[in-house]
Amino acid sequence: MTGTETPFLELRNVTKTYKIKQGLFGETKSLDALKDLSLKLSKGDVLGLVGESGCGKSTLAKILLGLEAPTSGQVLVDGTPIGGHDRLALARRIQPIFQDPYSSLNPRKTIQDLIALPLRVHNVGDEASRTKAVREILDVVGLPSRVLTNYPSQMSGGQRQRVAIARALVMRPQIVICDEPTSALDVSVQSQILNLLGDLRSEFGLTYLFISHDLAVVEHLATQVAVMYLGRIVEETDAAALFDNARHPYSQALLKSVLTPDPAMEVPDTQLGMAYPNPIDPPSGCHFHPRCPRVTSLCKTQTPRPVVDTQGLVECHLHDPQANMTPARQEALT
Amino acid sequence: MTQDGAILTVENLSIDIPTETGTLHAVRNIGFDLKPGETLCIVGESGSGKSLTSLALMGLLGSSIKTKANRMSFDGIDLIRAGKRQMRSLRGARMSMIFQEPMTSLNPAFTIGDQLIEAMTLHVKGPKSDARNRAIDLLQKVGITSAESRMSQYPHQLSGGLRQRVMIAMALMCGPELIIADEPTTALDVTIQAQILRLLKDLQQEFGMAMILITHDLGVVARVADQVAVMYAGELVETGPTAEIFACPSHPYTRGLLRCIPQPGKTERGTRLGTIPGIVPSLVGDVSGCAFRTRCAHARDICRSDIPEQTAPGETHSFRCIAPDGFAGMDETEEARA
Repeated sequence: MTGTETPFLELRNVTKTYKIKQGLFGETKSLDALKDLSLKLSKGDVLGLVGESGCGKSTLAKILLGLEAPTSGQVLVDGTPIGGHDRLALARRIQPIFQDPYSSLNPRKTIQDLIALPLRVHNVGDEASRTKAVREILDVVGLPSRVLTNYPSQMSGGQRQRVAIARALVMRPQIVICDEPTSALDVSVQSQILNLLGDLRSEFGLTYLFISHDLAVVEHLATQVAVMYLGRIVEETDAAALFDNARHPYSQALLKSVLTPDPAMEVPDTQLGMAYPNPIDPPSGCHFHPRCPRVTSLCKTQTPRPVVDTQGLVECHLHDPQANMTPARQEALT
Repeated sequence: MTQDGAILTVENLSIDIPTETGTLHAVRNIGFDLKPGETLCIVGESGSGKSLTSLALMGLLGSSIKTKANRMSFDGIDLIRAGKRQMRSLRGARMSMIFQEPMTSLNPAFTIGDQLIEAMTLHVKGPKSDARNRAIDLLQKVGITSAESRMSQYPHQLSGGLRQRVMIAMALMCGPELIIADEPTTALDVTIQAQILRLLKDLQQEFGMAMILITHDLGVVARVADQVAVMYAGELVETGPTAEIFACPSHPYTRGLLRCIPQPGKTERGTRLGTIPGIVPSLVGDVSGCAFRTRCAHARDICRSDIPEQTAPGETHSFRCIAPDGFAGMDETEEARA
């Protein structure tokens, strides 16, 4: 993979603004779920997307799936804007796996119907070849063909998530958006699904966008990691670099709050202070400054610009060589 | 394994649920002790009976569910024979519970303040202003800013993290001696989770409460627990001090669980994680022998009979398995091959 190659999937300066009206006669306010966000995904990458609830992870997933249109900016697949693709063509290439297999599968359809539905929608083959394709994909995700006539209620959480994966893969997509695919599952089932996702990636050459709040899982699976905060990507780099040497104070705080099963350690003090800010009324300057343990006066007034260097992208005054260096900041850096 | 000075003692607790197809033996012969100021973590996957156990302790199970125990006592009070009135005077006063879902356990039609004050006035006679002051005090203690104005807000006006803090404050209103927290942080962000767990530990130290924390997250267990009880399919398969359980897990299930989670620094990135093949057995009808035998790599015929509980010599660490010294000494790869 060369750097000059057209990225498989690219977001260019995407902004998504929701209009929110408070009360019947309240004034309408705008909420920027995504703010001027750019992102690239190369073939075969696993991009882990992390951040607290409300940071815009799921909005990003919806835009990539074509379920929401960006307010401004472009989404490009293989260099062509999504607007140029029709919805069906896009769905053939990008498929989702959702968090909760209890609510993402229609309880009144059999497993056969559920998995064959994408094939029917896209008019692929006849009934017989579809049945064959469904059996094949069931085998790939490790389910016996006798479950074909089952309903979702007859299956365990892990089995349902395998059905959801089979349904996503039956069209042989190139990109799979996994939105918290294991957080509703038990520990022993989670590891099976993670292993399966890893196997499928090498078998079908899949590219994943992997949204998760479990950083241990992201560390295990991802090749690239993007950290989101209030609709912006504040740090993006390859997984090893992020987990060994996170640069943004928010990434550092997130990593610190991961509870590794080590009884010798206490519950960490994240030093994040209290609440996640209200996205309708974001803080001035750097949005993270009210919670940042290394805040300076510059952060309160000036929005940091994205800095891209050999270690990836980071959006923080501490790591911007052009930012005005005060003695206090120099001290904070060392 | 009764110890002196325990505030809570449970011996041979079993919970049976009648169903259309037969009796569901949801919890079978479990027992543990808890001392004041101590934290016990009950770990297990869904359906292992950990929440039922906590509901049984609080006397919150429906009348159709049969609870049996040789002993279940809280500070000398027999919880099995305690009447409804006595349980009601204990619940929320001397023992309280924090539920998993703060959205469904707070009443949407009353303000935070009303609900907090009620938790106290139900049990303690005195002016309402005292209860109000205590509520504001506790809201501040659990890290809620502008506590006074929060008192007049409704649950839907608060975020998930704040609601969970309100639940904790409510559980603490009467200064309980035992607090049972059922997955208190599962629905929350990792950053909030760390804050809530720290808060619980700090408050526990301040008030000397005993705490039972129910979770499926081994990371939480390692960082918070003094004692660990691992449950599988209604049985307690392994109990002991936290450090020992993590250093030498002896039951094949505990060992399996620890291999299933990616451990930063230990598990190599991108490699396959350990798995526990198979599914949890049905607990309807006759249940005998080791419940884990259908998924255990070491299962033998003898596992169908009753499994004795074993205690490692000179230790407080015990487990329920036929292998005399467990599988603590067994090589990981050897076990994976078996």
